[in-house]
Amino acid sequence: MALEEKDVRYVAALAHLELGADEVKTFLPQLDSILEYIQKLNELDTTQVEPMAQVTYPSRENPALRSDQPRRTFGQDESLANAPEGAAGCFKVPQVIERE
Amino acid sequence: MSTGTPASAEVLSKYEAVIGLEVHVQLLTKTKIFCSCSTRFGDPPNSNTCPVCLGLPGALPVLNREAVTMAMKAALALDCAVNPRSRFARKNYFYPDLPKGYQISQYDEPLAEFGRIEIEVDGARKRIGVTRVHLEEDAGKMLHEGFADSDSRSYVDLNRSGVPLIEIVSEPDLRSPEEAYDYLTRLKTLMLYLEVSDCNMEEGSLRVDANVSVRPAGASMFGTKTEVKNLNSFRFLQKALAYEIERQVEVLEGGGTISQETRLWDSREQKTHGMRSKEFAHDYRYFPEPDLRPLAISEEWKEEVRRSLPELPQARRERFVREYALPEHDATQLTATRELANYFEEVAKATGEPKLAANWILSELTFLLNEANRDISQSPVSAPNLAGLLVLIQKGSISGKMGKEILAAMFASAKTANEVMAEKGLEQINDTERIIAVVREIMAANPKQVEQYRGGKTATLGWFVGQVMKATRGQANPPLVQEILKKELS
Repeated sequence: MALEEKDVRYVAALAHLELGADEVKTFLPQLDSILEYIQKLNELDTTQVEPMAQVTYPSRENPALRSDQPRRTFGQDESLANAPEGAAGCFKVPQVIERE
Repeated sequence: MSTGTPASAEVLSKYEAVIGLEVHVQLLTKTKIFCSCSTRFGDPPNSNTCPVCLGLPGALPVLNREAVTMAMKAALALDCAVNPRSRFARKNYFYPDLPKGYQISQYDEPLAEFGRIEIEVDGARKRIGVTRVHLEEDAGKMLHEGFADSDSRSYVDLNRSGVPLIEIVSEPDLRSPEEAYDYLTRLKTLMLYLEVSDCNMEEGSLRVDANVSVRPAGASMFGTKTEVKNLNSFRFLQKALAYEIERQVEVLEGGGTISQETRLWDSREQKTHGMRSKEFAHDYRYFPEPDLRPLAISEEWKEEVRRSLPELPQARRERFVREYALPEHDATQLTATRELANYFEEVAKATGEPKLAANWILSELTFLLNEANRDISQSPVSAPNLAGLLVLIQKGSISGKMGKEILAAMFASAKTANEVMAEKGLEQINDTERIIAVVREIMAANPKQVEQYRGGKTATLGWFVGQVMKATRGQANPPLVQEILKKELS
């Protein structure tokens, strides 16, 4: 097993998930088996293959670029329609101080 | 924090600062980078939003061609190599100004790399490397203050979410706050010339973070760096850097070590503060953005953009020195913005007197503009009108002193020099009889000079012209005065 419980807790923290001790034990082997599967792919020799991140890769042209023409989309009310809390045209969230 | 004893100049001189800047520039596109919402500043909160920039499920980004063109302009002007293929990546983090939970940015394959900006240090040119220029989207704006429930709630405006930015990262080549200031000034001038950004720091369209470290002078290894944020003015940049350099020296001198951290500049306290301890380290888990194709820049597109570049500040500065025989200092000031440089050239060409034009623009006109808190594009005195005034001065029709008065009146009323002079009763005297009368009076009062002239010392003619101009408060037509003087004196 390559993963440890602290790795599971770290990944959960990044995703803002709170896991109980039981859950950490449940997810550890599951995550580990995914990584193991990826390890298996590593057995293939890909030294001669260009890395690919998107299926459309590589491309010489950009057929899907947009022209810089504004279009009216949502107004304030529509933007906020799904917000659990809002006021003064803004979304309201629990107080946060600073990022990072 | 600091050890309490401020580092003396002597102690500071034992160290060398190493500074790199990360500059975010908001692009002047009409629409956002991945959707057709307007980028207009100052609209009611959340009125320029759509499923894409609100991060609603299922919405897909479509790249704005103009944002790429503008970014490419900046990259080419910075002497960067534009990559034929670059790629967008997701930078993952949670914060309420980022509705998708990730920012679309560029990571391991940026738009452009290996550029430079030349700054001036003690009269010598110094090349500052530009590591990379990449495209990314801006986040929304958080409002932490000003509401009744601000102690428990933050407000979020997503109008800015998805506004296109370029990030310009410098190499750690800067060695002092002054160098950083010069670098940023030149970078800003360049962006203004290219018209890719308004670089308005108050509105956040130009943002600067600095990586700062110190090391013993002469060392080749870098010290541990801190990242200083919240540098939202040129003045803050210099002060914050000076403060941070001194703080690091004090820590090291006191036997401490610098911890790698992000620090915020507090302009009220004139200090940098370490940000609250993070719950965990930066881990943005970048990965290629699957919703966007890799960006392909063809040679044709790149060349098309290159051909569209205007004359850049440095080239224009050099041309001003060469073509108009201006001092380096004047040329630098006159090329600070494209508008000012255009204004100068218009006046210089219309008058044929570049140095006179430079002097009046940089002194009298700049003074009036500063006083009225306007820039050159809002000058009530147009370039042709200033040229008109300068021609009158150059011909000697009016004195420089009168010119200043007239310019002030032109500035206040947006009228031409001739209109102002007519109103003030300052119009030129072209009446031969009147001038003859004045000339005869002066000759009668100065028989010695008349004698000298008649004795062959014709150089005194200039002195007589001066006397006539003085007697007519500069209003007599100088060529006419000369003509009459010659006739009367002979």
